[in-house]
Amino acid sequence: MKKIKYSEITPENIYKNRRNFIKKFGLAAGSVFLSQNLNFSAKAAPKNEDLKLTEYRYVTTYNNYYEFGTGKSDPAERSEKFKTTPWDVVIDGEVENPLKLSIEEITSLFPSEERIYKLRCVEGWSMVIPWLGFPLNKILKKVSPTSKAKFVKFTSILDPEQMIGQRFPILDWPYKEGLRIDEAMHDLTIMVTGLYGKKLPNQNGSPFRLIVPWKYGFKSSKAIVNIKLVEKMPTSSWMKASPNEYGFYSNVNPRVDHPRWSQATERVIGESIISPRIPTTMFNGYGDEVANLYTGMDLKKYF
Amino acid sequence: MTKYLKPSVFILSLFPFLIITYKIFFNKLGPEPVKEITHFTGEWTLIFICLTLSMSPLKTFTKLSLWINIRRMLGLFVFFYATLHLLTYVGLDYRFDWQPIFDDVVKKKYVFIGFAAWLLLIPLAITSSRKMIMLLKNNWKKLHRLIYVIAIFGSLHYIWLSKTIFFKPLIYFIIIILLLAFRIKIKNKNINYG
Repeated sequence: MKKIKYSEITPENIYKNRRNFIKKFGLAAGSVFLSQNLNFSAKAAPKNEDLKLTEYRYVTTYNNYYEFGTGKSDPAERSEKFKTTPWDVVIDGEVENPLKLSIEEITSLFPSEERIYKLRCVEGWSMVIPWLGFPLNKILKKVSPTSKAKFVKFTSILDPEQMIGQRFPILDWPYKEGLRIDEAMHDLTIMVTGLYGKKLPNQNGSPFRLIVPWKYGFKSSKAIVNIKLVEKMPTSSWMKASPNEYGFYSNVNPRVDHPRWSQATERVIGESIISPRIPTTMFNGYGDEVANLYTGMDLKKYF
Repeated sequence: MTKYLKPSVFILSLFPFLIITYKIFFNKLGPEPVKEITHFTGEWTLIFICLTLSMSPLKTFTKLSLWINIRRMLGLFVFFYATLHLLTYVGLDYRFDWQPIFDDVVKKKYVFIGFAAWLLLIPLAITSSRKMIMLLKNNWKKLHRLIYVIAIFGSLHYIWLSKTIFFKPLIYFIIIILLLAFRIKIKNKNINYG
């Protein structure tokens, strides 16, 4: 397994300084220039040269979170009162020491670090978000998976009282997703509890969500209550809804089209009406780190 | 009163266009402006399809023929908003990059049916003048029944582009089916009694 490049993580002090600087001079627009400079000084790999952060207001008002409705602004409008405490997460299945952890225990056991990742939605748009989280493998190591643990299944909360979308059969509730064990153990795969240096807003999957940056956004489940290690490949909610459109892997791949959208290009959220689409990159730009997970696999077949 | 009917309907029908123009110039389109324009013009196309199809049922219910006077204009607004919708997709979204557009039309059934609906609108728009009505006589009515096909294509376009069962596309579909069913009923009546 390769280590994450330093350039992919903006150290918190630099990130904060940058934000202070921007605040001080009121140069919101300057963030482009500054972030590019920073990446340059950190000798960024060329693929990440344009990780320009998406504005906080867009990150928190443009969400796909069907538990709160299918409109992009529904989650922000309807999740305000969603209760995220108390919150327990059960980690069980093919493990030697199953665990039940409260969200407070999780945040104290696993210190957060900032990870700036590009998020590519299957609908053909992308954002760049500074997450706060920690590698999933830290939790997995704690529960000691058995040799039978081949996959990891993530189950989100089922609470139709609080989540209006779950009162309708839009998807097979609760939301289910899965990863292969080596994908789950990868250092880029993180569990998230915050963004932009703050507690995770409800509409972004508070209090505890997954982020897998080289896969389409829907793979990164929100409001997770159970992480189960399993022997057989789990069926995700989207696979069940439309098996010919959503595969288990769902790696970002400009060469494999979704039946309804071309995946060759994407729109950058927050850009103006005149800015063009940008080309989508293999594994969302994380190919150097993750391509070796799929050697010898036909990614057209295992989409 | 009827003198002012057409101009007022015309101005009202331009309202969505003015709203979206305002949003473009004052940067009020939100995080994904191009998609916003595409959805906005697409939805107004469907609304104008429904309005156009409501005119003859309204005539039957109210026993007023003024509805028919504005029907052709509403139909032309269908073409107007559909064309804006198509131009947004072709010009603003894909920058007249024909290869991906061609791929979309061939490979993606919702694009295919949407494009087909727009093509079918062209003969209707061309023959919308009074002169053409005179010229085509009975054939005009037959030709303009294409709007029924266009309406179904348009609502299928919306249903097929949705990721799962969404409410809005289904509502448009149901409204259009009801408006079309109304016509079948009338026809049957005519057959029974006529």
